[in-house]
Amino acid sequence: MNEHPLYLDGNALAGPLGEVFTTDPTTAWRLCPACRLPATLAQLHVYGPEPGLTARCPGCAAVALRVVTQPGHLWLQLGSGAGAFRFSRPHDRVRNPG
Amino acid sequence: MGSLSPGFHGRTRAFEGRLPPGQYPTESFPVLSAGPTPHVPTDRWSFTVTTERGETRSWTWDEMMALPQEEPTVDIHCVTRWSKFDTRWRGVSLDVFLDEVDSSSEHVVAESFDGYTTNLPREDVTGGKAWLAHAYDGYALSPDHGGPARLVVPHLYFWKSAKWIKGIILTPDDEPGFWESAGYHGYGDPWREQRYWSD
Ligand SMILES: [Zn+2]
Repeated sequence: MNEHPLYLDGNALAGPLGEVFTTDPTTAWRLCPACRLPATLAQLHVYGPEPGLTARCPGCAAVALRVVTQPGHLWLQLGSGAGAFRFSRPHDRVRNPG
Repeated sequence: MGSLSPGFHGRTRAFEGRLPPGQYPTESFPVLSAGPTPHVPTDRWSFTVTTERGETRSWTWDEMMALPQEEPTVDIHCVTRWSKFDTRWRGVSLDVFLDEVDSSSEHVVAESFDGYTTNLPREDVTGGKAWLAHAYDGYALSPDHGGPARLVVPHLYFWKSAKWIKGIILTPDDEPGFWESAGYHGYGDPWREQRYWSD
């Protein structure tokens, strides 16, 4: 029996989230509301895959998101206190601040 | 299905009527995890029941072990489709704890040391249907299976049987827990295949 369950890095989320995101979700950036550690989605620690994927802050293990897949559907739960993910918008031109 | 061995068929027949729809029997005990395994020494363990008015009643490990112990042998069913027959537990019926508090709430939330939560109707954890279990198959419950103590509610999908339980909160309203707020069913009856919200 495994006393210390292994986790995967956030690239494990690329498959399921790639099905519903038009941009690569793994480069999304997040500042952990619990410990202030910045991390990309790819750097999160991912537990699962069953009954769902739980992605946690690599610094403090606070839950960042949960993904549950069922036939025909995908659930994405950010939840209270999970923080926000910042996605790049590849088609936007950043306006010249001047 | 043609390639299954005669032995497998024989075993399946022996458990006829005990396998809910969409499940397969397993003899292993898969470990599912949503985070790092907490390691809670029994000398720092306690179990707390909190009422809707915020009143609490707590038991230390030694106090819990001094309560009347039961040894249920039950079938368990995981939403990931495995079922395991005749699992042997030792622990205290939740009735013993809930009888000690005054509450009119019809719902409970089980809370774990790792922050996990799961919601259940009060009537599903009373009347001899749920246990705080600290031993499995004759041995102290290991941390990866939820030790030092976990909830065991065998008639619902096993995600309701919270590992590393630290308390029960009585709530007037049904409050979705960790997986229930992320797509899983609020009640989770394996015989009605209540896996996801819409089931
Ligand atoms: Zn953090």
